[in-house]
Amino acid sequence: MTLLGYFSLWLALVVGLWGAITGFVGGAQGRADLQQSARHATFALFGALLIAVISLEVAIFRHDFSVQYVASRTSRNLPTFYLWSALYSGQEGSLLFWAAVLSLFAALTQLLTGGRYRVYLPYVAAVTSLVASFFVSVMLFAANPFQRLAFTPMDGQGMNPQLQNPGMVFHPPMLYLGYISITIPFAFAIAALLTKKLDTEWMVAVRKWTIVSWLFLSIGLLIGMWWAYVELGWGGYWAWDPVENAALLPWLVMTAYLHSVMIQEKRGMLKKWNVALILGAWVLSIFGTFLTRSGVISSVHSFTESPVGYYFLFFLVAATAATAVLYVTRLPLLQAEATLESMVSREASFLFNNLLFIGLAFSVLWGTLFPIISEAVMGVKITYGPPTFNFVNIPLGLTLLLLTGIGPLIAWRRASTANLQRQFAVPVTVGVFALLILLVAGMRDGWALVAFSVGAFVVGTVVQEFARGARARNRQYGEALPFAVLQLLSRNRRRYGGYIVHIGIVLLFVGFAGMAFKTETEATLRPGESAELKARDGHVYTFTHLGISQYNALNRQVTAALLDVRRDGKEIGRLRTEKRQHVDALGNRTFEPSTEVGIMSGLRVDLYVVLAGLVNGTEQAVFRFTINPLVWWVWFGGFVLVIGGLIVLWPGGAPVAVKGSKASHVQAGYAVKLEAAP
Amino acid sequence: MKAGTKFALGAILIVGSVGYLMASGIKQTGQYFLTPSELAQRVSADPSFYDLGMKVGARVVPGSVRKETATQTLRFHITDGTVSYPVIFKGLPPDTFTDSVEVVVEGRLLKDGVIHATDVLAKCGSRYEAVPKA
Repeated sequence: MTLLGYFSLWLALVVGLWGAITGFVGGAQGRADLQQSARHATFALFGALLIAVISLEVAIFRHDFSVQYVASRTSRNLPTFYLWSALYSGQEGSLLFWAAVLSLFAALTQLLTGGRYRVYLPYVAAVTSLVASFFVSVMLFAANPFQRLAFTPMDGQGMNPQLQNPGMVFHPPMLYLGYISITIPFAFAIAALLTKKLDTEWMVAVRKWTIVSWLFLSIGLLIGMWWAYVELGWGGYWAWDPVENAALLPWLVMTAYLHSVMIQEKRGMLKKWNVALILGAWVLSIFGTFLTRSGVISSVHSFTESPVGYYFLFFLVAATAATAVLYVTRLPLLQAEATLESMVSREASFLFNNLLFIGLAFSVLWGTLFPIISEAVMGVKITYGPPTFNFVNIPLGLTLLLLTGIGPLIAWRRASTANLQRQFAVPVTVGVFALLILLVAGMRDGWALVAFSVGAFVVGTVVQEFARGARARNRQYGEALPFAVLQLLSRNRRRYGGYIVHIGIVLLFVGFAGMAFKTETEATLRPGESAELKARDGHVYTFTHLGISQYNALNRQVTAALLDVRRDGKEIGRLRTEKRQHVDALGNRTFEPSTEVGIMSGLRVDLYVVLAGLVNGTEQAVFRFTINPLVWWVWFGGFVLVIGGLIVLWPGGAPVAVKGSKASHVQAGYAVKLEAAP
Repeated sequence: MKAGTKFALGAILIVGSVGYLMASGIKQTGQYFLTPSELAQRVSADPSFYDLGMKVGARVVPGSVRKETATQTLRFHITDGTVSYPVIFKGLPPDTFTDSVEVVVEGRLLKDGVIHATDVLAKCGSRYEAVPKA
């Protein structure tokens, strides 16, 4: 099987390069036979990589430890669930996964894109094949997943216990899907630049893909946060680690794009900017991969240092240079059709939103690279740690949150004073009211107050938008209000789905702000002894150590502590936290012991307990107790955000407005009727 | 004033404040990241490096770790091969902390010559792979 897999990698390389050549040449010379060949190459590429993936999975499931990848990442006693994720839990396998998924997306694009977007397809096939070929060549020349060992070990080394968590089964593929799907809009952007057909059409062709990649990046980031929270045991979910940042960067740029593309569709502005955002998001996705795999920046995520980093650096530099040259030569073709008419307009608020997103992305990028930059420039490494990131990004993030509320309230082109009064009265009142309530309740943390009151303002905005739209439908079509809300959602998915995403963002900020009120204590307890911890809302939590139990599970020795939890003296439940020593099939210890956090999650606070260790093997145990307020809202906000994204993505609904096309006039008339109704 | 000009002013304001935030953020919260040799050099050249918050990246000296679980105090030495410093840390070390592991110690070097750590991060060279069997 591994021979078959290895062979199909070579086949994939040949087919991929063929697809790249025929795509570019066929596109440039208008030769239908070559274009057809490029299209078929994407299908063949997917076939070859699928065979490689199956070969590796078969080796993993058969415990074929003669394969280095299988021997170093799995073992006989690894739960089946994690045999699946072993495919992408290491360097070589994740490269294979990446290439395979990219080829799947590339093939789907060729199949699903039709009609007037067909002119782009040869170039799209060429770009996607070229990128996939790069990944395949890295595997063939630097990180072969089918590398055999000189001998066959009795058992594999097993999977790192921290990866043995459901979050780790879903987090990498989601993030990868996000990263990878950016390649499709990127390929269309390159195709549009090459064909000089730079009107808004190619953007309509990739609309779904941009939302898909944004959605997958969001889900990947959220699951990654959840994993860090429940598995790593340091009590938080975001540490501004270089690799977290690397995933955040394309997300920020894509989010900026999803907003600014609307300006181009409605007003024909920002053409250069939008193309640059797509190209930039893709370059950042490759940059993130480079960062993860090169060991340039030390991070908890670093894979073993390997020549793979150099391959990525070379690819990053070459691709960025080629993209930049192409972009610059086409700039004259990207003239705006309209200019900004007023500062008080939806366009202007979107422009500021974009500047903030890019500013935020730039500060994250700068901070991630700062240790290297400072060493090169000043000769000494200066850290740019979480305090610095928070110092810079909290104000920027809150300003963006404010614009989330302002943007939808301002009219296109030029807003009148009457329009502003009508739109802002209710949401601003809601925000101020929330601020007063919190002040009276005794909250004094500045940033948290801003976050909560701005959040309330944004919620006010969204509710007002829904209410106005529903009332308009109610008057015009006589629909009952709840039904009218559903109709709004289904008729104008992008707008109202987007508002739901905004609600999700507000909830996320509520969760983030909650961390300002975190409290923590450490205690060494004998069975029967208790520790007390006061939450910032005044409740006192008492944790009583009930005792230690030790037992063996499938692939680990478990030391578990049980605690009784009381709030203000009333029992509210029990918490259990573990120390796990993983072992191989012979009972030998593998890896360092890992911690299983005990979490009691609630709407107000999470109780978070870590068993740090036992004192000299007795039942006296060391614990760290943390009260994390409002963390639940982070996960719930993430859920709402994903639902909103899915609504936007769902096929069907009203035709999308495109400036200059027939559909836009129909859509515009429809919108005007609705606006005029109240 | 034209809207475009006003917008340019707004853009400059945003770009400026991002730059200002970053510069002052580094000034207020950035820390030196030094190796023990660099730290020794700087301290001997400029005594103000005593009692200054910083991070020191080095390797734990094998056999130097003393754990007192009852008081949650951890004592160990770190070295980069040439210079070595004793470290004292009150708190829970991470799971990955062991003898001879690479660590990043966050804290202050006091006049007693000991680094009083507020945080200890252990780094695994290859976090996602099994430890090689010795």
